[in-house]
Amino acid sequence: MQRFSALALARNALSGQTGWQRQWRSPDPAKRYNAIIIGGGGHGLATAFHLARDHGMRNIAVLEKSWIGGGNTGRNTTIIRSNYLFNASSSLYDHAVKLWENLSQTLNYNVMFSQRGVLMLAHNVHDEQVFKRHVHANRLNGVDNEWLTAAQAKAFCPPLRIDAGMRYPVLGAALQRRAGVARHDAVAWGYARAADALGVDIVENCAATSIVRDRQGAVEAVETTRGRIATAKIGVVAAGNTSVIMGMAGLRMPLESFPLQALVSEPVKPVLPCIVMSNTIHAYISQSDKGELVIGAGTDAYISYSQRGALHVSTHTLEAICELFPQFRRMRMLRNWGGIVDVTPDRSPIIAKTSVPGLYVNCGWGTGGFKATPGSGHLFAWTMAKDEPHPINAPFTLERFRDGFLIDEAAAAAVSH
Amino acid sequence: MTGPFRTEIGGRIDRTRRIDFRFDGRLYSGHPGDNLASALLSHGVHLLGRSFKYHRPRGVLGAGSEEPNALVRVGSYESRATPNLRATQVEIHDLLVAESQNRYPSLSFDVGAINDVLSPLFPAGFYYKTFMWPAWGWRRLYEPIIRRMAGLGRAPTAPDADIYAQRYVHCDVLVVGAGPAGLAAARAAAQGGARVLLCDEQSEFGGSLLSEPDTTEAGRNRLAWRAATLATLAASDNVTLLTRSTAFGVFADNFVALVERVTDHLANPEPALPRERLWQVRARQVVLATGAIERPMVFAGNDRPGVMLAGAARTYLHRYGVRTGRRIVLATSADSAYGVAMDLHRAGLTIAAIADVRNEASGPLAAAARAAGLPLRTSTHIAATHGRLRIRGATLARNGTGAREKVACDLLLMSGGYTPTVHLYSQARGTLRFDESLGAFLPGGDTGILQVAGACRGIFATDVAIADGAEAGTVAAARTDPGGAPQPVRTISVPDSGALLAREAPCDRRAFVDFQNDVTTKDLRLAVREGFVSVEHVKRYTTAGMATDQGKTSNINALALVANERRMDMAAVGLTTFRMPYTPVTFGTLAGAARGNLFDPIRQTPIHAWAEDRGAVFEDVGMWKRARYFPAARETMAQAVARECRAVRTGAGLFDASTLGKIEVVGPDAAIFLERMYVNNFRKLAVGRARYGLMLGEDGFVLDDGVIGRLAPDRFHVTTTTGGAPRVLAMMEDYLQTEWPDLRVWLTSTTEEWAVVSIQGPRARDIIAPFVIGIDLAPQAFPHMAVAEGTILGVNLRIFRVSFTGECGFEINVPADYGSDVWHAIMQQGTVFGLTPYGTEAMHVLRAEKGYIIVGQESDGTATPDDLGLGWAIGRGKSDFVGKRSLARAAMRDPSRKQLVGLLTSNGETVLQEGAQIVTAANGNASIGHVTSAYFSTTLGRSMALAMISGGKARMGEKLLAPMLDRTHEVTVAPAMFYDPKGERLYG
Repeated sequence: MQRFSALALARNALSGQTGWQRQWRSPDPAKRYNAIIIGGGGHGLATAFHLARDHGMRNIAVLEKSWIGGGNTGRNTTIIRSNYLFNASSSLYDHAVKLWENLSQTLNYNVMFSQRGVLMLAHNVHDEQVFKRHVHANRLNGVDNEWLTAAQAKAFCPPLRIDAGMRYPVLGAALQRRAGVARHDAVAWGYARAADALGVDIVENCAATSIVRDRQGAVEAVETTRGRIATAKIGVVAAGNTSVIMGMAGLRMPLESFPLQALVSEPVKPVLPCIVMSNTIHAYISQSDKGELVIGAGTDAYISYSQRGALHVSTHTLEAICELFPQFRRMRMLRNWGGIVDVTPDRSPIIAKTSVPGLYVNCGWGTGGFKATPGSGHLFAWTMAKDEPHPINAPFTLERFRDGFLIDEAAAAAVSH
Repeated sequence: MTGPFRTEIGGRIDRTRRIDFRFDGRLYSGHPGDNLASALLSHGVHLLGRSFKYHRPRGVLGAGSEEPNALVRVGSYESRATPNLRATQVEIHDLLVAESQNRYPSLSFDVGAINDVLSPLFPAGFYYKTFMWPAWGWRRLYEPIIRRMAGLGRAPTAPDADIYAQRYVHCDVLVVGAGPAGLAAARAAAQGGARVLLCDEQSEFGGSLLSEPDTTEAGRNRLAWRAATLATLAASDNVTLLTRSTAFGVFADNFVALVERVTDHLANPEPALPRERLWQVRARQVVLATGAIERPMVFAGNDRPGVMLAGAARTYLHRYGVRTGRRIVLATSADSAYGVAMDLHRAGLTIAAIADVRNEASGPLAAAARAAGLPLRTSTHIAATHGRLRIRGATLARNGTGAREKVACDLLLMSGGYTPTVHLYSQARGTLRFDESLGAFLPGGDTGILQVAGACRGIFATDVAIADGAEAGTVAAARTDPGGAPQPVRTISVPDSGALLAREAPCDRRAFVDFQNDVTTKDLRLAVREGFVSVEHVKRYTTAGMATDQGKTSNINALALVANERRMDMAAVGLTTFRMPYTPVTFGTLAGAARGNLFDPIRQTPIHAWAEDRGAVFEDVGMWKRARYFPAARETMAQAVARECRAVRTGAGLFDASTLGKIEVVGPDAAIFLERMYVNNFRKLAVGRARYGLMLGEDGFVLDDGVIGRLAPDRFHVTTTTGGAPRVLAMMEDYLQTEWPDLRVWLTSTTEEWAVVSIQGPRARDIIAPFVIGIDLAPQAFPHMAVAEGTILGVNLRIFRVSFTGECGFEINVPADYGSDVWHAIMQQGTVFGLTPYGTEAMHVLRAEKGYIIVGQESDGTATPDDLGLGWAIGRGKSDFVGKRSLARAAMRDPSRKQLVGLLTSNGETVLQEGAQIVTAANGNASIGHVTSAYFSTTLGRSMALAMISGGKARMGEKLLAPMLDRTHEVTVAPAMFYDPKGERLYG
C-alpha cells in the first residue's frame, strides 16, 4: 500500500500525480474463500478489514453487486453520535465513536471525522423529559451528553432560531460535543484500500444469486453473477436488501425496507457550526466541508425497494428547516436522493449468528447505520471469527424479537402523551 | 447608454427603455429583456466569477440554466439576498444589485488564486491523502481553513422577507419545454381536446426559436410561427401557459413538480405576490420537449473568460442583440458550429479561425462556411489559450503533427455537439440508450404515459422538431381519450449527426471538464489510475458533475474521457443517476406557507378563548394548545399548581379535557372488535357502564389507554390519549380492514365533535347536578365508571363518572359548539363552591398522587401492563387480543423488568428531575431505572415521584440513589399510590 501523506503528495506533484497506484485491486473472484462478506458498503468493508487485521484471517472476499460504498454508505447524511438511551445501544455506538476518533490514522485515509457536536432540540415538555433522561443515562454510561437551555443552545449554534414566535419554540437541547460528521465515501474507500492491502479481495459487480447449504444445513458456497464461490462462512451486510439475501438461505428477517431521502443545498461559505436535529418537527441539518447544507428527515411512509421517495417528504423536511433557520429560506436544494433502509421492529440493529451454521448477519441499522460503521465492522468481524458475539453486540441478536428482549430506542425517544 | 457590444438592431430587448443596475458596485445599463449576463456582455464584461477550487477567473460559458461559471449573489438587503444565482438566468430590473462570489478582495484580484499556483499539490481527492497529522489537526487546523476556502456564495443572514405559494393541479397533457417541439406538442394536444399545461423555464416561450436566425432550413419564419402558435394557445380555454416555470422533478405516475418564478424579475412587485410558486402537477400524459445542451470542447486553457459555447454566442446575438466578441476562434467537433460561424460572420464579427478536430467537415453548413471564405482548418485542435482575465489568443495545432499557429482573438467559441436534456426522462425511470452517431444518450422510448419530442430525443432541425412535437401532442391527447378514434402513432425517427465525443487533445496544461468544480482531464485520469472506474466513483472522487450545475455541460465529456482512458464503450461505462431537481429549487418554495403559526395546524379547544382571557399559560401537546396552569396575579407556576391542586382536593376543579381523542365505535360486532383491540373484557360490559381500556401493540407493550363507555349494545364511546388519537384510529382501521374484514363495525373520529368539561372534587356533584336533566347523579344511581346520555342546559350530554384525580369526578361531553357555554355556566354556578379551573400541570400532579400513569411518560413503548401495575385490566379468559401472544415471551416474565413504583426523597423538599437515573448504593454507575414523573405535592406536603425500577415491586422500602450532575439524592421505594389508597374518595 502506498502511504498517503502531505510529503507523498508533494513528491507526486513533481511527476504530475501520475505515480499513484490503484487504491484497491479489482480481482476476479477466486474459487474458494475462508470467509465471504456479501455487501460492499462501509460495514461490510470494515468487517473484512477487521477480520484480516484483528483475527489474522486470510483469503477473504467482499462481494458487491454494484460499486462499493454505493448504498447507504454513500447516501446518508453522515451524522455520528452515541447519545442513545439504553446501555446496550450507547455502548454499541460509543464503541464506534471511539474508533472514529482515530479512523483516519488507522486507515491512513482522511475520513474527515469532524466532532462538531450535535444539538437535539426539545420543543415541548415531553421532549425535555426524554432528553434529560438521555443525558442522565448517558452520563452514567460515560457518554458525553449535556442539557442546554434554549439560550445556551443558541450560543452554541448562533444561526438557530429560538424565539417564542415559533410554532414549536425551542425549550432547550441535548448536546453531545463528541458527535460529528465524516466524509462518507472516504470511509468506504479507506476501508477498501486498507482491507485490500491486507489481502482481502474486493469483488465489485458481483451479485449473490443464491446461498448453497450442505446436508447439515451449513453454509457451503455462494452462487454469484460471476460464478460459484465456495466458503464456510458468510457474513451478510446488505442493508436494505438483507431480507432478499437471507431469503436465499431460507431465513425470514424481521425487517422492513423503506426509502429514506436526503438533500443538499448549493454550497455556501461556513454558516452552520454544528449538527442540529429535531425529532419533533422532523429534520436534521449540518454543513459539509464543501459548504452544502446536508439535510434529512424521517423515512417515507411506505415500504419499497425503489431508491426514490415522494416530494412531500422533502417539502415537509424543508418546512422544518425553514422554521428553525428562516435565513436559509432562500437557499436552494441542489440534489435530493433516496436510499433504502432496513428497519427492525425495535429500531436497533442485528449483529449476530443465525440458526444456519456459518451464516452471520449484520443489518437493521435503519436510518442510522453510518455512525456505527467502524464499531459494527469490528464487532461483526469478532462474531464471525470467533463464532460468538463480542459482549458489546451480544444483546443485538436475531432471537430477541422472538423472546422480547428488545432494545427499543425509537419507543424510548418519542411516543404518545 | 447602451453597451459598446450591443448590436444596432434586432434581438428581443426593448431598446426604448433603459435599466440601470449594479454589479460589484459599478453601475451598468441594459434593456428590458436582458439578463444579467447579456447586459454585462453588452459592456464587454466577461469576467463574472471565480471557480470553486482553484479560484480561476471565469466568464460566461452558456446562455441558460446550464451555466457553470457566472454565479452571482443578488440582492441589496440580506432579507432578500440570494447566493449562487446564474447570471444567465437573472433578469435585470431597475435597482438590481449583484455581486461576484468566492473571491477576496476583488473579482479581478483574488488571493484565493494561490490555489491555482499550488494546483500540482491539489489533484482530485488530495484531501483524502493528507491533513491526518496530528490527529487533532483536521478538526482544529485544516478543516476550518478548507471550509473557508470552499463554499461559493454567502448564505443570507436575515430571515427571508418573501412569501411562497403552492398549487396542486391536474391536467391531461403536461408539456415541458416551449421550444419548437414543445409549442407544437401543446398546440396539437389542445387541438385534440386535452387540457394542456405548457411550462418553460425561460422568461418567454420559444426556446431555440429565439436564438436562431429568422428562417428555418425549410424557409419557415421562426418568430412568425412562434407568434401564431402562441396566439392559438393563448386563445384556447383548455391551455394553461407558464413561463419562468421549471419542471424540476418527475415522480411516480406522472407526478411532476414545477417551480414558477413570480417576482424576481420585477423591480417593484406587488407585496401580496409570492416570490415563487410550487406547482404539483398530476398529468395523465407528459410530453418532454426539454431540448439539448451544447457540450464544451476539452482543451488546455478552455476555461478562460471569453471562452464560450458557440450556441450561447448565437443566443446573445439573436435574442439579446449582443456581440460577445469582435475576433473569434471557433473550436468544434460538430457541424452545428458552422451555422453559428455563418451567423456571427453575417453579423459582422471576424471569424479568425475555425478549428475542427475532425478529419473532415462535410455537410451543407460546413460547405457554406467554406464558400463564405471562413478560415476553416480540419484535423486541428486548440493547444493552448492565452490571456488572464480575458482570452487574448489561442494556439491552434494540427492533430498528430507539431505544426502550431497562434491566432489572436477576444472570443473563443466551442461546440462539442449537443447533449439531449434527458434529466426528467431519466427521473421518470425511462431507460436511456447510447447513440453512437449522435454521441449522446437518448431516451429509449415512450413509457406509455410519457413521451419525448424534439432535441431531447436527438431531433435538432427546427422543422423536424416541430413535426415531431405535433405528433407527440396528438398521441398524448388521443391517449387521454381512450374511447376516441384509432390511436395515432409517432412516425419520425432520429437522424444521424456527425458529432464526435470529447477526446482529450494532447497537451501538458490543464483542460477543464467540470468548470465550476475545477475537474480537469488529469483528475479524471488520476481517478481511473487509482481504481475509481465506476462512473459513480469517478464522479464522487473527482467531484465532476457535482457542482451547482449538476454536470449539465460536463457529465458526457467526463464519461467520454473515462471511456477513452478505460478503452471502453460509452454505453458500457454508463451514466450516473439523474436526481431531482433539474435546477436548484428554493427551500422556501418547497416549504411554502408553512411558517410560524402555519407551520403546523394549531388545534384549540372550544374553551381556549376563555382560558386565554383567564391568563392561562399553554403548552404544546401534539398540535394542541393545552392550558398548563392559570396563574393568578404574580403567582409562579408552582404556586398556581399548588392552589389548583388544593381546590380539587377540597372543593372542586374544572378541567378542559376536550383534547382527549374520541372514537365512536358502532356496529353489531363493536364489542367483539373492542375486545380484540383492547386487553379488557368488553362483551360483558353493561350498557351504561364504562371501563378503563388498555391497548397494546403487537409487541405486547402499552400503546394507549382511555375510558370506553357502552352507550348501547352496538355503540361505544372510546376515548384515547391526546397524542394517540390518530394512531389508535389508524391501527383500528388497519385491523378492521385487513385482519377482521368480517366484523360489522364502523369507526368515526369524534374528537372534535365533543367538548369535554371535566369537573373533579368533593363538590363536583353539587355543582353540576342542577344542570343535568334526565340522569340521577346520586352515587348509587350513577356510580364510579357509569355513563349516561341526557341533556345539560338544553344540549345533548354524554356524561361519564370517571376520575383522573382520585376524587369524585364527572366528564361532561357536549357538542363542541356548546362547550364554551356549558363551561361558563358551570364556572358561574361553581363560584360559591370555590370551583377553580386547573391545567395540565395540576392534572399531572393529582394523577401522580394516585399513581395513575400517563402513556408516554410512565410508559415509553417498552412497558407491559404488568410493568405498569395494570395487569388487572387484562380480561380473564380472553382467547385473544392484540399483543397477547407477545406477553408470553421470555423477556416479559423476566423478574428484572422495570416496574412502576413510587419514590420518596429523604428530603421532602427535593423534587427529583424527570429522567433522572436511579442506582443502588452498591453500584453507583449501573442504572436500574429512571424517574418518570416528579412533583411537589401540596396534598402530601412533600415531593413525590413515580419511577420505573428494575424489579421495583420487590424493592418496597429499599433505599436507592438518584445521582445528579452536582449531587446525589437518596430516595426510598414506595408503592405508586400516595393518596387515598383505598379509593374512598373516588367512590364517594
